[in-house]
Amino acid sequence: MNASLAPVVTLRTQASGDLDDAPSLASASSAAKKGLTTMTTQPFLKVEGLKRQFPQPGKPDPAPVFEELHFGIERGQFVCVLGHSGCGKTTILNILAGLDEATDGHVIMDGREVRGPSLDRGVVFQGHALMPWLSALKNVEFAVRSRHPDWSAKQVREHAVKYLELVHLGHALDKKPAELSGGMKQRVGIARAFSIEPKMLLLDEPFGALDALTRGSIQDELIGIVEATQQTVFMITHDVDEAILLADRIVLMTNGPRAKIAEIVVNPLARPRVRETLHQQPAFYTLRNHLVDFLVKRSREFQPGPDWDPKHPPLVHPGQASQSA
Amino acid sequence: MKKAWLAPLLSALFFALFVGVWYLATSAPSGGGAAPDMDPEYAALMGAQAQAGGQSAMPGPGEVAAKIWEHLSDPFYDRGTNDKGLGIQISYSIARVLGGYLLAALVAIPLGFVIGMSPLVYKALDPFIQILKPISPLAWMPLALYTIKDSGISAIFVIFICSLWPMLVNTAFGVASVRREWLNVARTLEVSPMRKAFLVILPAAAPTILTGMRISIGIAWLVIVAAEMLVGGTGIGYFVWNEWNNLSITNIITAILLIGLVGMLLDHILAWIARAISWRE
Ligand SMILES: Nc1ncnc2c1ncn2[C@@H]1O[C@H](COP(=O)(O)OP(=O)(O)OP(=O)(O)O)[C@@H](O)[C@H]1O
Ligand SMILES: [Mg+2]
Repeated sequence: MNASLAPVVTLRTQASGDLDDAPSLASASSAAKKGLTTMTTQPFLKVEGLKRQFPQPGKPDPAPVFEELHFGIERGQFVCVLGHSGCGKTTILNILAGLDEATDGHVIMDGREVRGPSLDRGVVFQGHALMPWLSALKNVEFAVRSRHPDWSAKQVREHAVKYLELVHLGHALDKKPAELSGGMKQRVGIARAFSIEPKMLLLDEPFGALDALTRGSIQDELIGIVEATQQTVFMITHDVDEAILLADRIVLMTNGPRAKIAEIVVNPLARPRVRETLHQQPAFYTLRNHLVDFLVKRSREFQPGPDWDPKHPPLVHPGQASQSA
Repeated sequence: MKKAWLAPLLSALFFALFVGVWYLATSAPSGGGAAPDMDPEYAALMGAQAQAGGQSAMPGPGEVAAKIWEHLSDPFYDRGTNDKGLGIQISYSIARVLGGYLLAALVAIPLGFVIGMSPLVYKALDPFIQILKPISPLAWMPLALYTIKDSGISAIFVIFICSLWPMLVNTAFGVASVRREWLNVARTLEVSPMRKAFLVILPAAAPTILTGMRISIGIAWLVIVAAEMLVGGTGIGYFVWNEWNNLSITNIITAILLIGLVGMLLDHILAWIARAISWRE
């Protein structure tokens, strides 16, 4: 599996070095060509017609977890996916990360099709996925050294320390994951993903296992880092308030199987958002009620209307829509 | 924690009790009581000592202690093939065990890695492992002697064979059950296969591998005594067999104690390494 990785990587760097030659390269599929020629209008990340079927014994054509997913993410945008457990959120993220393959459709990032994992996309996993035999610092150093194999030990260490300090873990560098609290582990995972300075971050319910207080403080840290680095982020969450606090766009998924994108909600709340004062903004409750209503009712009962087009899921502006409707 | 001295005290008590019973059983106070009842042929077999009178052939704790002291004060004497110090004999055994064991580790750990990483190789090799694993290592001995034609190397081969399986099976299992999420981390970081093998899979599987290595060293130490009894020449197993022929029960008991001690030491070394490389989640 991994042996085939190396040539793909070299092809990629060639392609990025000389964009005009890219379409003639073996790796540049027709999809990538399309991505290149229309780059001016294409978003940074484009998901087209994504579908994932898991083979089931005794069923030749099992119901796909999701199908006909189309959406895009602009550079620097923070997109949250909201949906019930089992609708396929982790599966989407794995496909974006290149860890899993779609049955149909494709993902194009920065003009090139996603095939296999890449250092361009940093992943924070649903479980923290730290290596328990390494200290917090060594866990981050492992990632930094992967990104910069030519760096000296000192450079690697300084870079790793910098990112651990960013998540306020400068005091716990030499602690093993077993000696860290759940929130601290999650922060090491975030520092690890940020430390490789990827083009895009993929976060799979990074705060799912945390208590409300810890969750709040790490969310604030995340807001700080994302705003400072202008990261493009794709994040999965169960939590409506988390989505409102963090996201520019909120992708609403219906329940699986055959999950779809019902709509994409545009967050009307201005940045920077501060948790303490967020609920005082007039649009807050309209937005929140809209999302909760979707999770409680519409995610289950969603029926595509006549003008619902999976290729262009409706963009909803709850603050304004509810007044005009 | 509160009464930490209780267990050692109890151990000492058990030891004293054991030595006491041993002493009483072997001091044979009623003298000639046993001798007249003894079958004359058996008495003849038991040798002059038994014939001479009621003195039990079984040595008492005092004699064994004296013998141990004698061996301890001169462990490495060498007076010909059949009369070497216990230190020399046990060194031969340890050398054979380590030789066969390290060879087995050299084969089992890389092979186990391959088996653990590839379900195909695992399926292909599984029937062989299933059949070869339950074979008593001593059953290989004649075949080894016939093909290798050297008794010393044959003993090492037998140790190799018996230490191979636990290490192989445990390595394969440990490697196959490395968490998917750690492998995914390595994949998203585009880690090279070599770095992945040594920095992710090896440390993740190390505790399981070490468990296999600990089982192996235990088995190897069990087997070496039997193997040396068979091939003869040198080693603690041969020593025991030779002393049985000399009817020196005192020497045999001393050797048995030493075998136990060395076995415990080997196990403790492996346990110590296992503790050093284990990780907690
Ligand atoms: N490897 C797999 N083989 C078979 N089915 C799978 C596999 N991985 C996921 N699924 C199925 O796909 C569906 C979606 O799984 P996924 O993990 O993406 O859900 P999720 O939306 O992330 O849920 P949660 O919010 O609980 O994390 C589930 O019904 C699950 O059973
Ligand atoms: Mg999930």
